[in-house]
Amino acid sequence: MAEHILLRHRDNKEISKLPTYRKGSGFSAFERAVTKLNPEEVTDIVFDSGLRGRGGAGFPTGLKWRFMDKNNWPHYVAVNADESEPGTFKDRELMESNPYQFLEGVMLCAYAVGCNDAYIYLRGEFWDLAHELDKHITKLHKEKLLGDQLFGTEYSLRIHTHLGAGAYICGEETAMLESLEGKLGQPRLRPPFPPSFGLFGKPTVVNNVETLANVPLILEKGAKWYRGFGTEKSPGTKIFSLSGNVMKPGNYELPLGTTFRELIFEHGGGLREGRSIKAIMPAGASSSLIVANDVALDTQMDYENVPNVGAMLGSASIIVIDDSVSMDWLINKTVHFFEHESCGKCTPCREGTYWMKNITERIHHGEAVWDDVLLLNDVATNIKGKCLCALGDFATEAVTSSIERFREDFETRVPQSRPKTEVKLSL
Amino acid sequence: MTEKIAVAVAENLINLTIDNREVSVPAGTLVVNAAKLAGIDIPVFCYHPKMEPVGMCRMCLVEIGRPAIDRASGKPLLNKDGSPQINFGPKLETGCTVPVSKGMVVRGYTEEVTEARKEVIEFLLTSHPLDCPICDKGGECPLQNLTMEHGPGQSRFIFDEKIDLAKNVPLGDLIFLDRERCIQCARCTRFQDEIVDDPVIGFSQRGRALEIITFSDPGFDSYWSGNTTDICPVGALTTTDFRFEARPWELQSHASICNHCSVGCNTTLNTRREAKSGGDEVIKRVMPRQNEQVNEIWICDKGRFAHHYTESPDRLTQPLIRKGDALEPATWDEALQLVGDKFKKSKGKFAALAGGRLTNEDFFNIQQVTAKLGGKALLDSQMAGGEMVAQVGVGQGTNLSDLRAGDVVLVIASDLEEEAPLHWLRIKQAAERGAQLIVANPRRTKLDQVAHRLIRYEYGQEAAVVHAMLDSFSPKRPDQPASVKQLLRDESVKAAAEDVQSATNLIVFYGSEGLDVAGSHTLASACANLLIATGHVGRSNNGLVAVWDKGNAQGAWDAGFATSVNLADDLAAAPNLYIVGADPVGDRPDLAETFEAAEFVVVQELFLTKTAQMADVVLPVLPYTEREGTYTNAERRVQRFYPAISPRPGARADFAIAAQIGLALGLELESKLASLAFEQLAARLPAYKDLTYGKLAETFEQWPIIGREDLYYGGTTYDNTQGLGVQPPSGAERGESPALSFEALTDPEKRKGLLAVPVTRLYDLGLTVTTSEILATHWEQPHIVLSPADAEKLGLELGAQATIKLNNMQSPVAARIDNRVPKGVVLVPRSVGLHIFGPAPIEVGA
Ligand SMILES: Cc1cc2nc3c(=O)[nH]c(=O)nc-3n(C[C@H](O)[C@H](O)[C@H](O)COP(=O)(O)O)c2cc1C
Ligand code: SF4
Ligand code: SF4
Ligand code: SF4
Ligand code: FES
Repeated sequence: MAEHILLRHRDNKEISKLPTYRKGSGFSAFERAVTKLNPEEVTDIVFDSGLRGRGGAGFPTGLKWRFMDKNNWPHYVAVNADESEPGTFKDRELMESNPYQFLEGVMLCAYAVGCNDAYIYLRGEFWDLAHELDKHITKLHKEKLLGDQLFGTEYSLRIHTHLGAGAYICGEETAMLESLEGKLGQPRLRPPFPPSFGLFGKPTVVNNVETLANVPLILEKGAKWYRGFGTEKSPGTKIFSLSGNVMKPGNYELPLGTTFRELIFEHGGGLREGRSIKAIMPAGASSSLIVANDVALDTQMDYENVPNVGAMLGSASIIVIDDSVSMDWLINKTVHFFEHESCGKCTPCREGTYWMKNITERIHHGEAVWDDVLLLNDVATNIKGKCLCALGDFATEAVTSSIERFREDFETRVPQSRPKTEVKLSL
Repeated sequence: MTEKIAVAVAENLINLTIDNREVSVPAGTLVVNAAKLAGIDIPVFCYHPKMEPVGMCRMCLVEIGRPAIDRASGKPLLNKDGSPQINFGPKLETGCTVPVSKGMVVRGYTEEVTEARKEVIEFLLTSHPLDCPICDKGGECPLQNLTMEHGPGQSRFIFDEKIDLAKNVPLGDLIFLDRERCIQCARCTRFQDEIVDDPVIGFSQRGRALEIITFSDPGFDSYWSGNTTDICPVGALTTTDFRFEARPWELQSHASICNHCSVGCNTTLNTRREAKSGGDEVIKRVMPRQNEQVNEIWICDKGRFAHHYTESPDRLTQPLIRKGDALEPATWDEALQLVGDKFKKSKGKFAALAGGRLTNEDFFNIQQVTAKLGGKALLDSQMAGGEMVAQVGVGQGTNLSDLRAGDVVLVIASDLEEEAPLHWLRIKQAAERGAQLIVANPRRTKLDQVAHRLIRYEYGQEAAVVHAMLDSFSPKRPDQPASVKQLLRDESVKAAAEDVQSATNLIVFYGSEGLDVAGSHTLASACANLLIATGHVGRSNNGLVAVWDKGNAQGAWDAGFATSVNLADDLAAAPNLYIVGADPVGDRPDLAETFEAAEFVVVQELFLTKTAQMADVVLPVLPYTEREGTYTNAERRVQRFYPAISPRPGARADFAIAAQIGLALGLELESKLASLAFEQLAARLPAYKDLTYGKLAETFEQWPIIGREDLYYGGTTYDNTQGLGVQPPSGAERGESPALSFEALTDPEKRKGLLAVPVTRLYDLGLTVTTSEILATHWEQPHIVLSPADAEKLGLELGAQATIKLNNMQSPVAARIDNRVPKGVVLVPRSVGLHIFGPAPIEVGA
């Protein structure tokens, strides 16, 4: 891509400095919004741009803002900077290297939904980043871009950062709100959804970092301009976090609708010599495994097309898997992750991930029989669709898809007859 | 009474279909509850009908379909046959979190649903230790029952891979946690948080490591902890009292009533015969019994754990007669003969002093004896006003659960959680439902947290507060003292007066904080006047409630007893004394002289109390657990309890003894059957007219539906099959016009120095508490509570030993410091051995 919309620091390193960001029309969108537009107009522009949430679910951002309950005040914005999905590392780069564009996005969102206090919830490991953000926020206060009665209007805004304590589940929006309230990070029942019952029980917009980083340029250049990128239903550009068995892993900002092939082979430099591509996980550890055939490689990466090859785009953390990897190893990794991260609130996920961990461990170490593979599949199926939040489902995606699509990997792992081991008697 | 439920919900009914059955329920009803009402079981673990749904356990998954709506027209889409098209979602839904909607179709027993249940049970059992044979819950365990009903029968989980967790974790000294058995349903933590606002336990960690921990020091510090063991759907939480003590199937159940305070919680006493008690029947545990108008399905820990006095070996089992300095065993005939002879000769110089735990039948018979002898019938209490409660007490059909927006509750001079725990709970809930709660007390109490309006006054001004409220909307009386005039300017008093005037329903609770008998009487009469002046008497959910210090104080007043303003004088004036269920000498050593000087003293008691030791005749009695009877609670509900264990040989019921004494006086009182004694009482006391034991034993369907077959729903609380009691009409409802005096007030005397005021603590050093060893660390030791300023002035630090001089008695106490105590005031708990009967000057020394 010629010019970046999000990773603009790659075009201009100095953009992380406030004067530079301001010189390049930074915060003009915010000033114009606060002084010239009413909140609904800002929301309308974002709605018209077709921007969809980058946190995973792809929910239309403008629509979410419109859902805010106007009969219940105050309103809050809670930015999801928990970025804990294995293979996802885009929000961090944005916040580190193009912080003011991100913050301006937060500010525009806050103005659009009538919020005077916005919170940025960062995963605990981002403590140094939070410290930097705090400094940026202080500068914005000094420059009267944050604080009371901005630009001589009645509008006031403050931004607060908040660190998590290291739990993947706190990226789930309602668990994040609980954690932000100082409680144990466990998801809430939904409905009610945050726009009607959010932080401290008040209407709250939860948006991902990348989602909001899109907003300043949408406001500046217009919805039509934004729709010039990407596809009709998935407009705009997206940061693809590429990792796994590729030559050049990293973040790539490309229009939605770019093919897997282009990302992996043109931008990512392809695979190592002598290796061939076996599978793709497009949404980090929460992903189903796509069989990396030509159809898959030519599939466009957007919210509509990825499901055609049996997966979801999610947060677009593309993990490339080559032919050196056996899937029993891979799911042993993902299942361990989810077992470790299950919050424990609901039965199938809490008990099921632990059970799956034991079985995959046995399969991976060649201590299982074929029935164990079937059992694993069954346990995963029993978790799926029965949990309180999506984490339970996430834990099963790689398991069931790999057993279905890469059956040979398991067949070779599991001896035909039970290995001779000592019979342990319980008691 | 089932119609009553139906009438209440008649508006806003939603029709839906559950398993092919047409069901009509109020809007907002959750699917599981709708099913329950229709007699269809959707199993649950985490859901509890008294708490907000959380959707955690996933046991209640069902198929839910909703009528398809045409987007364009907004009209329902129809099938070819004209029936509405129903859309089922792609996933099962949790019936405990989804409210019913019009035309909904619920399928609770399809293959997919039964499979899902099987899976959830299989998941739960992967970490459950399955140690039912040694588990206290075994036999009454929802997990066990639902596994039998819905489980897969076999597990595919390898037993060796179960994780081992700690099995004997003391959360506090009353409750133990078995971490392996916990199924993480959060019922216990939600109960502590949502229901009783004591969030002292919670989850820590995550995933399989999720564990219940306590945040308080000492651990699980709450008056409510026992309830968590009832609603825990497994054997993860057990009480120190019952743990490893018996199996549920060995237990007999007996309906009873708690008499520790005047709420009158309905309980079930579980008993068994056991070898270690020499083959005797023993009470193994006290469980709540559902009465949605009284205690719902809860009891406090005092009610649950302070029951051990029944089994005490120190109980009296033989009449004693004084021979010189000694009390010597005698036969009942000898003792009764002597008592009869002596009483006959008492010639108007007679008084009976009875404790507030006796039954209505006891009070009635004792009162008859007393009247025959022209004596005074005195109630042993520091509160007064029962005659006013009889007149303008809450009307028939009162249920605190009915109070909501528009209604007002005024609580004055009471630390309600300490004095009557369940009243605190139900008023808190009323406030949360929107009823306006006004709390008037000289210091902050726990009830303040949910109050909408707070009135602070100085100790001694309690009645003045009520007078000021009255004066603010009626012609001011010029003779009011300065304190009333000053309170009239208090914004919170003015606002409270407005609340009270415009209240749809008004209930006034008055307690005993800082009061003596005279003060209590003045306050009660002020409150009664407030209710009358604002038209809040003579109907349900309106009237006066006394937060009595004992379970059946109201019954005593109804039978003609009254508290004495000057007990020492009243006793001294009647040298023939008949003391029943009271220990005046133990409570106030200064009365020893009066008893020394008395002519003839008869004491009816369980134990050889200080007073009994000074008696001429001691007659051994049966505790309420070994007999039957009725109590009248603070809300004037007459409730019946049943014998739980066989009477200990040698002892007799109080009413029977009184009847036998009466015989010598020519009285024909019932001495055998409590039910007949009650008949005589009902024939004489207008308030109890038409009541019979049969009526008191009636029940009707209650919501939530809980009970023995239904363990998974409400927990192990007992279903009420033996009587919900009856609230008879108050005097005002019977058309009697209340004969009330309007007590003139005077300003409290100006004082120098510190003022001691009596306060009530739940775990005082009363006999019932101190005979229950498991409460030992909770017993209130003699202490005082001071403001930080006074403590500093006296050079006292927190926990320091101090000496007090109070009512001519010197006592060592521990000093506590609390910024909720006003300056110049020293709180002195009642019934911990300190000499406090009302506000009094106190000297405190380091
Ligand atoms: C288990 C789980 C973890 C999640 N983690 C994140 C995360 O780290 N960052 C994020 O932005 N969204 C995460 N999400 C998605 C959020 O719940 C939410 O949908 C999102 O933040 C909404 O923002 P958006 O509309 O801007 O995408 C997670 C969801 C689940 C179920
Ligand atoms: S699915 Fe897992 S992470 Fe989500 S609520 Fe249930 S236990 Fe917690
Ligand atoms: S201890 Fe009992 S009530 Fe508490 S979470 Fe565990 S199973 Fe539920
Ligand atoms: S609230 Fe009162 S009546 Fe109820 S259990 Fe406790 S002490 Fe007994
Ligand atoms: S999820 Fe409904 S009962 Fe637990």
